[in-house]
Amino acid sequence: MNTEIIKATINGTPVEVPAGTKILEAARKVHIKIPTLCKHQDLLPSGGCGLCIVRVKGSPKMFRACTTPLENGMDITTHDAEIVETRKTVLELILSNHPDECLTCGRNTNCELQRLSAEFGIRDDKIKRYVPDLPKDASTGSIIIDARKCIKCGRCVQVCQEIQNVWALSFLHRGINTKMAPCGDISLAESPCIRCGQCAAHCPTGAIVEKDDVPAVWDALHNPEKFCTVQIAPAVRVSLGEEFGLPPGTDLTKKIYAALRRLGFKAIFDSNFSADLTIMEEASEFVDRFTKNPSSLPLVTSCCPSWTDFMEKMHPDFIDHFSSAKSPQQMMGAMVKTYFAQKNNIDPAKIFQLSIMPCTAKKFELERCKEMKSSGYPDVDCSITTREFARMIKQSGIDFDSIPEEKADSILGEHSGAGVIFGTTGGVMEAALRTAYNVITGKNLEKEAIDIQSVRGLDGVKEATIGVGNFNVRVAVAHGLANVEYILDKVREAKQQGKESPYHFIEVMACPGGCIGGGGQPYGVTDNLRQKRMAGIYQCDRNCPVRCSHDNPEIKKIYADFLGSPRSEKAHELLHTHYQSRPIYQR
Amino acid sequence: MVGEGSDSVFGKILTIMTSETLDQGQMSCEEIRKNIQKYVDKWRNVEGSLIMVLHDIQEDIGYVPREWAMEIGKALDIKLARIYEVLTFYHYFKLKPQGKHSIHVCTGTACHIKGAPAILEILKTQLGFNVGETTADRLFNLDVVRCVGACGLAPAVVIDGEVNGKSTPEKIIEKVKSLQS
Ligand code: SF4
Ligand code: SF4
Ligand code: SF4
Ligand code: FES
Repeated sequence: MNTEIIKATINGTPVEVPAGTKILEAARKVHIKIPTLCKHQDLLPSGGCGLCIVRVKGSPKMFRACTTPLENGMDITTHDAEIVETRKTVLELILSNHPDECLTCGRNTNCELQRLSAEFGIRDDKIKRYVPDLPKDASTGSIIIDARKCIKCGRCVQVCQEIQNVWALSFLHRGINTKMAPCGDISLAESPCIRCGQCAAHCPTGAIVEKDDVPAVWDALHNPEKFCTVQIAPAVRVSLGEEFGLPPGTDLTKKIYAALRRLGFKAIFDSNFSADLTIMEEASEFVDRFTKNPSSLPLVTSCCPSWTDFMEKMHPDFIDHFSSAKSPQQMMGAMVKTYFAQKNNIDPAKIFQLSIMPCTAKKFELERCKEMKSSGYPDVDCSITTREFARMIKQSGIDFDSIPEEKADSILGEHSGAGVIFGTTGGVMEAALRTAYNVITGKNLEKEAIDIQSVRGLDGVKEATIGVGNFNVRVAVAHGLANVEYILDKVREAKQQGKESPYHFIEVMACPGGCIGGGGQPYGVTDNLRQKRMAGIYQCDRNCPVRCSHDNPEIKKIYADFLGSPRSEKAHELLHTHYQSRPIYQR
Repeated sequence: MVGEGSDSVFGKILTIMTSETLDQGQMSCEEIRKNIQKYVDKWRNVEGSLIMVLHDIQEDIGYVPREWAMEIGKALDIKLARIYEVLTFYHYFKLKPQGKHSIHVCTGTACHIKGAPAILEILKTQLGFNVGETTADRLFNLDVVRCVGACGLAPAVVIDGEVNGKSTPEKIIEKVKSLQS
């Protein structure tokens, strides 16, 4: 380890940082902000845009602060007339190849390029604009790529290749013809893309945005024939506030219920409830395999549609290890269109079920396979992201800041703390273990042990051994799909050698941080932000009087009234699904 | 000759398909795998083997078919996306079969004014292909170039590397016809 300390000055202020620190970060330490465009905190610097140039005394050329490490004795100037003018020219050059469409862009008022143009006071097109005419790619139904708005920063490619290990996007051609696209003239839907939306979450401009399904929701709400119902996902409640100027992690559950009622939804449910239901099914599946059929372990969680898609495409040898339990989104839909409809005597054909998700892949999950319609109707009719939901509230005239809190509807609205932690990496594992512990030992985890710290946090791979009665349950948790390989390879290796699997239970979420860092969440995600949202989720959990899914009174009632027991025939019909191997490239 | 449309000999070119122009992509995966194995074996332990394999395939069959690229990816354990990053970075590599003869119409300012659009137009209608495309019989490629530095001879058309100055649609069609036989 290199612990050498570098001493230098930036704008006359002395600065000391560990060797290897880039000028950009060193400047931040002494409260100087160097403008950046291509650099993102999650990613390695590419030095692509040239906006972060600084001057080092004694050198005739300018340096890129994002890629240049600070050296001993450097005397750096970050802002002078020439530097600022050069940066402005860099921006003007970028703008000269960028369409003039801010007013109708998905990133209007929330775009890094737009913000920089405003900050630099760019008032006219100095350089004649040339924007090549390129078609949009809307093939996935989850995200839309508008290559004309691409500034070629390469963030999306790095995310897709390095963080998600999907390699749907690649850096094709060069020079003025450079483009970020699936390779070989195919559409994104024909590529290995898993619709995670991480490219959209990291893009600085409107070149990749979620597909906007808000108009379809308004149509349903304005249709007197429709009985509109809605569910909100765990991760949405702790991030939505960012769209309204509130600190990340603020729990807005009850304000969201109130806003939904004012939007015209007749029944407001919470995916936390169906997360509890997922746990009942999945924990039962786990205990069954663990106690009766250990050779079928590990069990792998399946509630993230991007992960499921990834597994089907790249790791079909794990199909038998996947939990057949549907995701909370789909379970809720299936319950609304059967149990809720019957109880309230509503024709399920008239029910519109919306899901509000942190996720772009959830749009794709609606049609994943025929089991997504097991009630005879689509479980869920439409799925919108946190960002789309924020726009709906803003369009509706609801004063979200001052709206009083309300409750969700019963019976699909009450939830345990285990349901809410589904929104973060490690949460599904923790929730499942709380219930598995009870099923195996007949008791709940002690109050101090109920927070299973070893599966929490932002480490890419978390491994732990949890004592459950007389057993030790070995678990692994991964998020950011590039981290999955390590775990799967260990399982494969053991299998090959005829040894016991190193893990009994594996949780995977595609997005870094889990759904709190989902591709449909408010923009500007960094680890710092993920941590704050995560803290909000665990606070929600602590605030819940009931901490375990199996103790949720409404869960007990729905099994007593309708489903029978976990993995009963009825549960299987409505709450479970299947997986199949799929080709990586469709063409 | 001009304006005879699809009844002209050039219209007919499009319908002639000979066995030697059969798309390499139509081979079965099995056959492709067998074919690329020799390239892969040759370069397997060499650094930069990907580019050498692609180079040899380009040399031997004139382009790198998508199906071949996929099999190379499997054989060398390299993502298809990475292979295309290489393929599209170098102009040397072609992704589609190229014609036997290349036609480059100069569309620099001088050539444009002196009649390049009319030449392009007749080539497009007579040969039935667009800029950047190859005729179905793989005889001709059509491309435009910005300026070949022969402005004094405008309009210029480069056919198989030879500059044809002061071109007219008629002269070019004549030349193309002679190459066809
Ligand atoms: S949605 Fe995910 S998988 Fe698809 S291109 Fe974007 S980052 Fe890659
Ligand atoms: S699409 Fe967005 S993230 Fe990707 S290179 Fe273009 S501007 Fe950057
Ligand atoms: S981790 Fe969550 S937000 Fe991300 S793709 Fe999976 S389900 Fe969607
Ligand atoms: S931010 Fe440093 S080059 Fe783009």
